[in-house]
Amino acid sequence: MGELGGFLKLKRAETPERAPAERVGDHREFVRTLPLVELREQGARCMECGVPFCHSGCPLGNLIPDWNDLVYRDRFREALDQLHRTNNFPEFTGRLCPAPCEAACVLEIDEGNAVTIKQIELAIVERGWDEGWIVPQPPAARTGRTVAVVGSGPAGLACAQQLNRAGHLVTVFERDEAGGGLLRFGVPDFKIEKRVVEQRLAQLETEGVEFRYGVDVGADVDPAELAEGFDAVVLAVGSRVPRDLPIPGRELGGVHFAMDYLCERNRDVAGSAAPAISAAGKHVIVVGGGDTGADCVGSAHREGAASVTQIELLGEPPVTRPDELTPWPLWPMKLRTSYALKEGGSRSFAVSTTGLSGNGRVEQIDWMRNNGAPPFAPEPGSEESHPAELVLLAMGFVGPEPSLLEQLGVARNARGNVEAEEYATSVPGVFAAGDARRGQSLIVWAIEEGRRCARTVDAWLAE
Amino acid sequence: MTHRRPDNAPPAPPGPSGLYDPAFEHDACGVALVARLSGEPSHETVARGLTALSNLEHRGAQGADADSGDGAGILVQVPDAFFRGEFGEALPPAGAYGVGTCFLPQGAGRAHELEEIVERAIAAEGQRLLGWRDVPTEPSHVGRSAMAVAPAIRQVVVGASPELAADQDAFERKLYVIRRVAELAAGPALVVPSLSSRTLVYKGMLTAPQLARFYPDLSDERFASALALVHSRYSTNTFPSWELAHPYRMIAHNGEINTLRGNVNWMRARESQLASELFGDDLAKVLPVIRPGGSDTAVFDNVLELLVLAGRSVPHAVMMMIPEAYAGRPDYPEELKGFYAYHQCLMEAWDGPAAISFTDGRVIGATLDRNGLRPGRWLETTDGWVVLASETGVLDVPAEQVLRKGRLQPGKLFLVDLDQHRIVEDDELKHSVATRRPYAEWYAREVLHLADLPQLPEPARPVEPLRRRQLLFGYAQEDMKAMLAPLARNAEEAVGSMGNDTPLAVLSRRKPLLYSYFKQLFAQVTNPPIDSIREKVVMSVQASVGSERNLLDETPEHARQLVIENPILRDDELERLRQVASDVFKAHTVDTTWPVADGVDGLEPALERICHEASAALAGGANILVLSDRSAGPERVPVPSLLATAAVHHHLVREGTRLQTGIVVESGEPRSVHSIAVLVGYGAAAVNPYLMLETIGELVELGSLPDGMTVEQAQARAIKGIGKGLLKVMSKMGISTIPSYCGAQIFEAVGLAPELVERYFTSTPSRIGGVGLRDLAEGSLIRHARAYPGSADELLPVLGLYAWRRDGEHHQWNPDTIALLQHAVRSGTFETYEEFSRTVNSDAARRSTLRGLMRFRFAEDGGIPLDEVEPAAEIVKRFSTGAMSLGSLSREAHETLAVAMNRIGGRSNTGEGGEDPVRYVREANGDSRRSAIKQVASGRFGVNANYLANADELQIKMAQGAKPGEGGQLPGYKVDQYIASVRMTTPGVGLISPPPHHDIYSIEDLKQLIYDLRCGNPNARISVKLVAEVGVGTVAAGVAKAGADHVLISGHEGGTGASPVSSILHAGVPWEIGLAETQQTLVLNDLRSRIWVQTDGQLKTGRDVVVAALLGADEMGFATAPLIASGCVMMRACHLNTCPVGIATQDPVLRERFAGKPEHVVNFFFFIAEEARQLMARLGVARFDDLVGRVDLLDADEALTDWKARGIDLSNVLRASEPVPGAPLRRTTPQAPSLDGALDWELIDIARATIDGGAPVEAALSIRNVNRTVGGLLSNAVTRVYGLAGLPAGSIRFTLTGAAGQSFGAWLAPGIELTLVGDANDYVGKGLSGGVLAMRPPEDAGFRAEENVIAGNTILYGATAGRAFFRGVVGERFAVRNSGASAVVEGVGDHGCEYMTGGVAVVLGRTGRNFAAGMSGGIAYVLDEDGSFPSRCNSELVGLDPVEADDAETLRALVEEHGLRTGSPVAARLLADWDASLARFVKVLPHDYKAALERDVALSTGGEGFLTAETETTEAAA
Repeated sequence: MGELGGFLKLKRAETPERAPAERVGDHREFVRTLPLVELREQGARCMECGVPFCHSGCPLGNLIPDWNDLVYRDRFREALDQLHRTNNFPEFTGRLCPAPCEAACVLEIDEGNAVTIKQIELAIVERGWDEGWIVPQPPAARTGRTVAVVGSGPAGLACAQQLNRAGHLVTVFERDEAGGGLLRFGVPDFKIEKRVVEQRLAQLETEGVEFRYGVDVGADVDPAELAEGFDAVVLAVGSRVPRDLPIPGRELGGVHFAMDYLCERNRDVAGSAAPAISAAGKHVIVVGGGDTGADCVGSAHREGAASVTQIELLGEPPVTRPDELTPWPLWPMKLRTSYALKEGGSRSFAVSTTGLSGNGRVEQIDWMRNNGAPPFAPEPGSEESHPAELVLLAMGFVGPEPSLLEQLGVARNARGNVEAEEYATSVPGVFAAGDARRGQSLIVWAIEEGRRCARTVDAWLAE
Repeated sequence: MTHRRPDNAPPAPPGPSGLYDPAFEHDACGVALVARLSGEPSHETVARGLTALSNLEHRGAQGADADSGDGAGILVQVPDAFFRGEFGEALPPAGAYGVGTCFLPQGAGRAHELEEIVERAIAAEGQRLLGWRDVPTEPSHVGRSAMAVAPAIRQVVVGASPELAADQDAFERKLYVIRRVAELAAGPALVVPSLSSRTLVYKGMLTAPQLARFYPDLSDERFASALALVHSRYSTNTFPSWELAHPYRMIAHNGEINTLRGNVNWMRARESQLASELFGDDLAKVLPVIRPGGSDTAVFDNVLELLVLAGRSVPHAVMMMIPEAYAGRPDYPEELKGFYAYHQCLMEAWDGPAAISFTDGRVIGATLDRNGLRPGRWLETTDGWVVLASETGVLDVPAEQVLRKGRLQPGKLFLVDLDQHRIVEDDELKHSVATRRPYAEWYAREVLHLADLPQLPEPARPVEPLRRRQLLFGYAQEDMKAMLAPLARNAEEAVGSMGNDTPLAVLSRRKPLLYSYFKQLFAQVTNPPIDSIREKVVMSVQASVGSERNLLDETPEHARQLVIENPILRDDELERLRQVASDVFKAHTVDTTWPVADGVDGLEPALERICHEASAALAGGANILVLSDRSAGPERVPVPSLLATAAVHHHLVREGTRLQTGIVVESGEPRSVHSIAVLVGYGAAAVNPYLMLETIGELVELGSLPDGMTVEQAQARAIKGIGKGLLKVMSKMGISTIPSYCGAQIFEAVGLAPELVERYFTSTPSRIGGVGLRDLAEGSLIRHARAYPGSADELLPVLGLYAWRRDGEHHQWNPDTIALLQHAVRSGTFETYEEFSRTVNSDAARRSTLRGLMRFRFAEDGGIPLDEVEPAAEIVKRFSTGAMSLGSLSREAHETLAVAMNRIGGRSNTGEGGEDPVRYVREANGDSRRSAIKQVASGRFGVNANYLANADELQIKMAQGAKPGEGGQLPGYKVDQYIASVRMTTPGVGLISPPPHHDIYSIEDLKQLIYDLRCGNPNARISVKLVAEVGVGTVAAGVAKAGADHVLISGHEGGTGASPVSSILHAGVPWEIGLAETQQTLVLNDLRSRIWVQTDGQLKTGRDVVVAALLGADEMGFATAPLIASGCVMMRACHLNTCPVGIATQDPVLRERFAGKPEHVVNFFFFIAEEARQLMARLGVARFDDLVGRVDLLDADEALTDWKARGIDLSNVLRASEPVPGAPLRRTTPQAPSLDGALDWELIDIARATIDGGAPVEAALSIRNVNRTVGGLLSNAVTRVYGLAGLPAGSIRFTLTGAAGQSFGAWLAPGIELTLVGDANDYVGKGLSGGVLAMRPPEDAGFRAEENVIAGNTILYGATAGRAFFRGVVGERFAVRNSGASAVVEGVGDHGCEYMTGGVAVVLGRTGRNFAAGMSGGIAYVLDEDGSFPSRCNSELVGLDPVEADDAETLRALVEEHGLRTGSPVAARLLADWDASLARFVKVLPHDYKAALERDVALSTGGEGFLTAETETTEAAA
């Protein structure tokens, strides 16, 4: 355990961030790490609970108390081993995970006091990269079995790495020009610089995973061939069909899905393609109050938007954890202010968008206030109109793209996701993991799905 | 007053049935001897013996049939005149004929056959049958159930053959051979209580007073003897037999032999090498020496008899079997230490609480075990009589005839030699025995010490990488972090909290090591555990290996043993052993691995090979067998070390060669206290846990241990820690030494197949079946597969046994269940509770408990409508919360539970920390913070008359689930002002709860404490808390017979307190087994109707409640679940004071975080009651009462298949006892009233006016030893009116003349003064609560009071206030756990002022050894005339200082008062020259207490509204 009674003496230190005014001027990561001494102090706050709710709150089952303690004792090398034991890519989660572990931390019963687990995780893995401790771990022997993984998002990568380490020969098919899926194309650089993704991809490659980029299975490759040519196929294609907003004016120019905008931004920052969508100098409306919406807000700031407004269908949640609704250790439905809103812009809750208007291109958005909860009845007389030159729809995803799934003939559930109870689909030898299976979710879930799917595939291959 | 049971046919003594097994019966009792120094036989001796016996009646017991005693008997010299009268002058001269008392079956045919067997044996041995005689009996004086099994009693008279007529010793041997030959031929049907030319036994299943009436012979004037040994038995069972009554042929015993199983095994092993010149060829005829089916006493008697007949004197044989603690005693003569050391090479000690009285017809005496755990008081009269008894006052002896009085002392012998006409003093006697041969010289010359062997290089061996070997032996990360690191860091076993909620080993999916299937047994009620820390003077871990020789001979070669100081060997020590170069010692290493290629089927042949190789090695002269798994590796898998050890041990025992060798285990597997304890328990003399030692080296390298600690230091600390832990495991069962523990098998197997247990762990109790050899082999192979192949740096598995981990062991309390329960009780939604309950009861989770494997037999017609079922508001009244003390819990958490339980009409429990009297007053809103159950635990904290008077239930905690058989400790930093005030101790001073109750060393002691508590509060029901282990059912039967109203059977899983991890995980068994055993035993005995049965241990749902009821519980207890309802999140850090939710902490900052509300707890209990109702409806049972004991409504769930594959068999648990027809399955009737005849009613009558507000009163009365707990009821009468403050000083004064019974002056309240003229038994001033006691001998006494014993053991136990003065010497453990009383005494036995936390003790005479052990508070002033006191003081916690000026006044005032109240000449002498006297006093001051005084907080009591009577009396004393 950390230090006995450490949590009583030491305060939680929030993640240090670059000043908003400064960071909006570039695309470098805005999150910083604590100095080592302070970080170890944060590790000392861990009580090493008999029932570590953090460990249960983490979808990966990260051995949080174990590595908190090791960090406190300055034993980073072992901490890294423990971290990698459950998590293939801590540098992804350490940057991007909303940290349900911290919400479930026993110290969070006293709200706002959770151990800074996410920072510690990041620090461990960054130290590992810096020290050169993270090296390729190719398998000692090959089984001779082959696996095709479709999709190189976190689920696909985790699955590929696990299967490769088990000795199978893994080929990853990625329709985009580079690996990482939404990590690379969905999440802005200021949250995760792409070198972070690349260094991990390099590790996988050196370990023996083959990547085939720009190959769209279902379009460029016949899925049947794939199934034929590999002993197993894993579908990790994500949940990429966005939820639309069926209102008058939806068809106007300047109304885009968030992910289209973010992909362009990422390619732009990477210098790989010129963008077609721009927020520069525009009044930007972001519809949807989640993380994707926030990334749109942050990107728009960096493009120099005239104004950025984020609207959310749901009502404004309470500032503190609502015990009657989401008591500890559940993820609290409470008000959170994203990094992006700290950089500027405004937001409104309980907003039902009623229409978009403009002349070919969108110019105005109309909305009404609602009661903040289903069925979101609009309040009569609450109509408002706002200038809108770029409208970004960030309302989540409804499911995986159907084409490939249909070609393979895998069964899907009512929500359109691949039906794969224990990761095996209805088609023998075809497996599914990640958002394609469970629906849109967090990166941790994607990694966990990839790992578990790999276990299933490995067992199946052994038979 | 007797209590008649309804007319039911008496049950016949049953054999094993369900979980009941007569093998687990215990007994204890009262014992006395009378001897006439002149050696002249007289009938008066017999008459006096019988009188003494009658006066010990209250120490015996009756069964369900109150007229049937548990057993009584008398042993006398053969009354020659009597038999001459019966048989005429044809009888040879005295000594040339023997008389045998025989118990024969009723019915002439079978009896005649047995008589013929006896006659044939007589003839075959060349002796003469002189005739038979029917022993007259009076059946009208026997109880019905005793009569039903009564034998026909006949005596046979045997004449000596001419060559033996002149050699009585040889004739005695021949009579023994005749008896054994007849016994072996006849089997159990023939019982021969005695056959001797010297002694004669009359005994039976009788009460003490019935004995003389049943046997008219005993009243015959010709029935004369110079000695008499009498005994009254108290058995926990209800089927006492005639045979098991004492005395046996040589002894009567009060106590219990804890090491019996090992002693029996070792004796069996010894038989093959027995040889005796005296017996010659006859010896073969008497084997086996031990008659099967005997009690511990019977077995002891069998062995003692053999030793004596083979030529040793009785004292010699007794000293061999019950040696005193001689190690570390510089004051003992060398020859005596040598004697003991030498004889330890011949035989292990028979360890346990024992007052053994013995005689061979020429000498008679008694001895006491090394701990002094039984009472024995003697006196010698001026006219040549000696009386020794469990109590003083069993015979009326006029004071002027008393020459001297004394007590049996720990390890000492008391002997009356009728030939020498005197009492032989212990040192004289021992000197003569010890110098009979040059034992010390022999020992010194022949014995070899491991440390003296040359250091040898370790052999080069191929070494696999550490990580692989760790994987091979099932190491987990948690082993390193949670177990080994703390062990090496602190040289102590790691501590955990909050019980064990993981599955039994057999239900676990992670294939635990074999050790985990063994549960440590522990002492409760029938024998006391020992405090291995504070009383380490009696403990030893020294072991030895080598060959044992013929027990019946003594030669220098017998001492050829290799002594090992510590049973945990480092690698280099093992090499010394293995490579020993000596004429005497030869080691042989047996490989205990098998080829992986042989798979699971390879294990059995491997065991055969190992056993065979062991035998061959012994044949080749080896006497040290090293069982080694060093060769495990890629190709070879290790046999579980315990299996290899036990297999070899039992194989050699069977083969008769076990004593030729010591077994040493060299294994990578053991790494905990428990694993090493089990290895030793199954025969290992020493263990080299090489991988554990290497792993500790790794921890050093990793920096897991404090900076600067070297590998050697860390290993040494770990070895020390395991040694300490081992002592604790042994002491739990009351065993003091390794040789006695070795092979003693003090374990219960849970989850192993019967054939496996029978073959390799022979005679280990195992009751639910389980896995066999193949499963164990599979586990080994799985571990092997994890290690090979695999990369060498692979991480160890996580385990998740101590703390929950997602992919680790299943925990019933996990994030899901905890969160769901909290959400349910906070929101008050039954639906959420149902989700919780579903999660707990779900299929997967159910597989983790035995109850989970059961299913209900719901009514086929769908049951009854829910609204016909008893309302939840009624059901919740059966619920109580567990005993968690204020101190372990925060005040907020403690009071929340109390308020909640009072709201629903259930019961909360104080725990052992006392209770603030403000909580006795109801709140304005109607709430009450008073705990209905007041616990009385071994520490007695806060237990005074007022506490008792404010209880609905008084619960005697014999053991607790988390750490049965262990004491506890509240560190000083947790004792703040409030806690201290409630516990009546000093802030900042650490508090120790002793492992045993020092007033309960046996079942009759428990009966006494129950009586004491009844006096303390006649309206409260008395409960006894036990922990489930094999035999708990018979203990519960004993509890019922002791008069308790309620018994609680706790499961091993429960427990909220801090405890060593080995105790949390490995002691005790699930409540399902314990409860079922209890129910079956109580019903079988028709005792169930008079006692409520409660159970607890991880109960959490309505389903659990209903299962418990069906298995026999009237009531249920909950501790963890209501804590979780109050906010506990199972941090399992209760011992660290850092509880983040303010429950298990005293930190004010953390306490503020406590968010629990009584309504949360209320919701929880209503939810589970509601769930129970739903189940009741489906079962078709409307009233909860009608559920109790309906085991027919339960069934093993056949749908769960995987546990069936593991061989679990619940049929014993689910078996219904066949009760006496009509006997209830639940509590229906109260116990017989026990207070009717109490002397106190008279005292209360006299004091009535004073209590009602009248003037002070004074009176004089006489008193006898049967008047027990005098002053208790009177104090309750005063306390009920005046509370803690009592009456003004001197309001009620009684002078009592005579010998007082036990617990004189217990709970005495302020304002009451008792002066005793005479002497008193044990427990004087127990829980003294402010009253004043004084005792002195009669004016006309002919002895010097200060040299004679005036009162017994364990005086002022847990006294909180008041004063006591003793003009004379008292026994062991004077002022034990005194926290506030002041006392003056003129001499004390061993362990004086033990665990004292406050108050003042003045000793104006000599103390015994180990004075002030565990004394953390208070002050003692000891008059140290010869400067020798420091050597007898245990200075671990205390310092010795001269008396200072302030103290001098306190001291003088007490000495003056002592003189005033007792007329003590010692006081007068000291006061005559006070200044000179003062210089001879030593002040004993605990360090903690001194620091507290210096902080100037010692006398502040704090706490809201806490009246401080104790402060007043302390000041008055000053």
